[in-house]
Amino acid sequence: MKAIHRSTTRFVAGLAASAIALAAGAFSATAQESTDPIKLTLHDWTGQLITTQLMGEVLKKAGYNIEYVQADYLAQFAGLQTGDLSVAMEMWETTGRDAMDAATATGKVENFGATGMKAKEEWWYPSYMKEKCPGLPNWKALKEASCAEAFSTAETAPKGRYLGGPVTWGGFDDERAEALDLPFEVIHAGTDAALFAELESAYQRKAPILLWIYAPHWAPAKYEGEWVEFPEYSADCYNDPAWGSNADMAYDCGKPFGEIWKVGWSGVKDKWPGAHKAIKAFTINNDEMGAMITSVDLDGKKVDEVVAEWIGANESRWMKWIAK
Amino acid sequence: MSELPDAKIPTQAQAVWRNGAFGLGLAIICFVLFSTYGKSLAPWAFSFPKTQTFPVARWISQFTKWLINDATFGLFTFTDLTRFIAAVIDLPYQIALSLFATGFMSGPGSSAVQLLPPISWIAVIAIVGLMGFYIGGRRLALVVASCFVFIAVFGQWTSAMVTLASILVAVPLGIAGGLFLGIGAYRWKWLERALLPLLDLMQTIPVFAYLVPILFLFGFGATAAVVATLIYAMPPMTRVTMLALQRVMPEVRDLGNMIGCTRRQMMWRVLLPSAKESLMVGVNQVIMLSLNMVIIASMIGAGGLGFDVLAALRRLDFGAGLEAGLAIVALAIALDRLSQAFAGSSAATGNRSSRGLIARHPYLAASFLVVIVSGFLGLAFPAVQSYPEMLQISTGTFWSQVVKWINVNFFDALEAFKNTLLLNILIPFKRLLLGLPWAGVVVFLAISGWLLRGPKLALLTGALSFLIAATGQWEKAMITVYLCGISVLFAALIGIPIAIMAAERDRLWGWVRLAIDTLQTLPSFVYLMPAVMLFRVGDFTAMIAVVAYSVAPAIRYTVLGIQGVDPRLVEAGRAMGCTNLQLLTRIKLKLALPEVLLGLNQTIMFALSMLVITALVGTRDLGQEVYIALTKADPGRGLVAGLAVAFIAIIADRLISAGAFRARARLGLQEGAQ
Repeated sequence: MKAIHRSTTRFVAGLAASAIALAAGAFSATAQESTDPIKLTLHDWTGQLITTQLMGEVLKKAGYNIEYVQADYLAQFAGLQTGDLSVAMEMWETTGRDAMDAATATGKVENFGATGMKAKEEWWYPSYMKEKCPGLPNWKALKEASCAEAFSTAETAPKGRYLGGPVTWGGFDDERAEALDLPFEVIHAGTDAALFAELESAYQRKAPILLWIYAPHWAPAKYEGEWVEFPEYSADCYNDPAWGSNADMAYDCGKPFGEIWKVGWSGVKDKWPGAHKAIKAFTINNDEMGAMITSVDLDGKKVDEVVAEWIGANESRWMKWIAK
Repeated sequence: MSELPDAKIPTQAQAVWRNGAFGLGLAIICFVLFSTYGKSLAPWAFSFPKTQTFPVARWISQFTKWLINDATFGLFTFTDLTRFIAAVIDLPYQIALSLFATGFMSGPGSSAVQLLPPISWIAVIAIVGLMGFYIGGRRLALVVASCFVFIAVFGQWTSAMVTLASILVAVPLGIAGGLFLGIGAYRWKWLERALLPLLDLMQTIPVFAYLVPILFLFGFGATAAVVATLIYAMPPMTRVTMLALQRVMPEVRDLGNMIGCTRRQMMWRVLLPSAKESLMVGVNQVIMLSLNMVIIASMIGAGGLGFDVLAALRRLDFGAGLEAGLAIVALAIALDRLSQAFAGSSAATGNRSSRGLIARHPYLAASFLVVIVSGFLGLAFPAVQSYPEMLQISTGTFWSQVVKWINVNFFDALEAFKNTLLLNILIPFKRLLLGLPWAGVVVFLAISGWLLRGPKLALLTGALSFLIAATGQWEKAMITVYLCGISVLFAALIGIPIAIMAAERDRLWGWVRLAIDTLQTLPSFVYLMPAVMLFRVGDFTAMIAVVAYSVAPAIRYTVLGIQGVDPRLVEAGRAMGCTNLQLLTRIKLKLALPEVLLGLNQTIMFALSMLVITALVGTRDLGQEVYIALTKADPGRGLVAGLAVAFIAIIADRLISAGAFRARARLGLQEGAQ
């Protein structure tokens, strides 16, 4: 074995030497500002992949070096603070606010402004449930015992079962059910994937289900259904118990529409000033994004193709973002 | 260890055993009485007073903050040191990655130009095939090569090579690190004493708990993933090294002394080679555990197959998830079989170097030839360089359809089954555990420790369980115990009968082994999401995942125990006219008891290590706490919950080992005990 060992060592050493030579040669590449790659994070849902690659392709057109790094939605903040990662394109107000605030408080992470997309999150049911609970989408229908019964399972009966998001998402659903006096038990799914696995299961069997759905996402496009209409959200509702139907409790209303933010390492501004400007200027709206997500997740197109189509069709828009 | 009775005199051992059993019974009765009637007498014993809890989470958070921002050695800071280590690890990783996946690039980021393509798929398959042939002959070559062909055919090649690159860095580092720590502990007693509790913690604290500090210290990306993998996968290697060195026959050591070996020669030329076979068990564990980390590694920038699994399941594309998951299994099986055969072959043939250099050259030369020829051919024919997309197979929507079919046709039956179990076993057990007074449990654990081994163990179990309560984790810890306890019970109920059937049927054992290897390396996500569809989120689904993962050691160790029973004893039993059932219950299972207990121990460890995953289907245990802490980037909170998990593991481990020791003593198998 020893001879193999020795020869592989030599082989690897040779490779290492050539790799170092390559790295040294890299500095001769020309581009504006820093030639280091701007590292954009990719998460595990389609919309985010599209948003990030749109930004990445635009920055490439402007002559920047781009690197996509796969990272966890929340674990990425450690990388954004140290500068190991540069930009995260989708930080949802509703699910990422705490982590984002903690990170921006250190001064090492900067909020690059809103993406223009608005996160809608609310209680949602498939259309076939309307027969069993005719008062929907008005939230008052849920108060009736027959409705709650229709949404119940063996463990929750006679109360209805509402499947909320993972506890880490927040959302105040336990409080909402109590404040609005809804006869529902709030169960928390552990992850986004579990949430939609349950929906898929129920939808296949036309079984009752009431759960937390958000948009932009492929689910509202794939499944026929509606959002429950709660009293409209206002800041007072969350802060002031006196507001709304329940005088003693806050959260007696629906959920707020949340911005989807762009965040990144605060060093981006000095290292790539032009890119910083372009990232801040990036905007896109819900309908465009919804259409792109649908063509990837339901029509089976590749993310690259969809992104390239958008880039081709919207040249005037992104040219403005990277204009000097 | 010294406080143990001299077990060589069986009557005395039996007497001590009986006394112990009596004491235990008394303790249980007191405990039951207290937990039923004690609530009004001493409410503080049931829920730990909130004002008295130790703010350990805050201390740890402050400490990590200091470590990351301010800790310094004068010339350089602590972060500089860790970043330097990261850079050192990164170099071999980049080389491996370029070699297998991306090719050698010039220039940064997206403007890079490929100078050299990666090794082509044909060449990789040819090389692993040659390695298999060299080490283990035609059969092994076929197995290993077909694992890689499977990966190519199902279109997982590039991702699999990214994963392979990080495994090829993590595994040698894990083996070397474990080996050196093990040798050190063998040489210096103080190091062993310091290391043992640390190894326990490394193995049992969920990875999520220390992920945040690691990301800060080592940077975001594949290197941090390698470091996390090392922390998780190194302990078994260290343990195995320590044990293997201690078990080297004294004759071998004497021989070394007689021929005048220096200390170094003794270690590298005498002790390690003669412990080689045991050491390979450690190597195998490092490989398996590293592949276990693939999913978590992909969350922090390692990419590869783990990312594909996560992304597929987010789209509820079960087929794609399963294909990527099975590609991980294929990698695991190929690497495992190669390393196993490597141990076997070199142990059997002994001195190879006498055959001369030329005899070994053909393989190496052939490998290089294939790389170079396929590299050039690849320039002309793309299909040689990367597996043609046209020839890829995919199960497409098949698996999603299967799940749908089961869901539509059998949901009600499954639901009824689930509800029966939930209402009659799971929920009552959960209520029972949650109703127990913490003070009573602490005292009970201390007494059990005392009876099984002595005051030292009593102090340990008592103190650790007290700390769980004192940091305000009691309720979550009890839910953890409930979920793991019930899963371990089911895993044992399923695993032990299978093991009994398979132990004496080689054919069946081959299949069972394949099945448990698959269960151990297939990311649990792959079957977790279909399970959610059929059983909804909640404890039951979590239990399925835990049982599926932890049934493997229950089977493995039981088989090991039964196969290790002295055939002469079985023969003797048969001669005395035992029926098959009697042979099994009176001889084989009894003698295999120590191994079965060790298997139980490992089953518990495996179950606890699945906690973080079960948090993803909505359980409310310590795993959830760790997960929440990760999402809030709160290292203190995560580590405290992680430590509580580790404490539960350590208490269970120590009590069971003490029990196993007694069992051995009773059977007169003293020499097998540690």
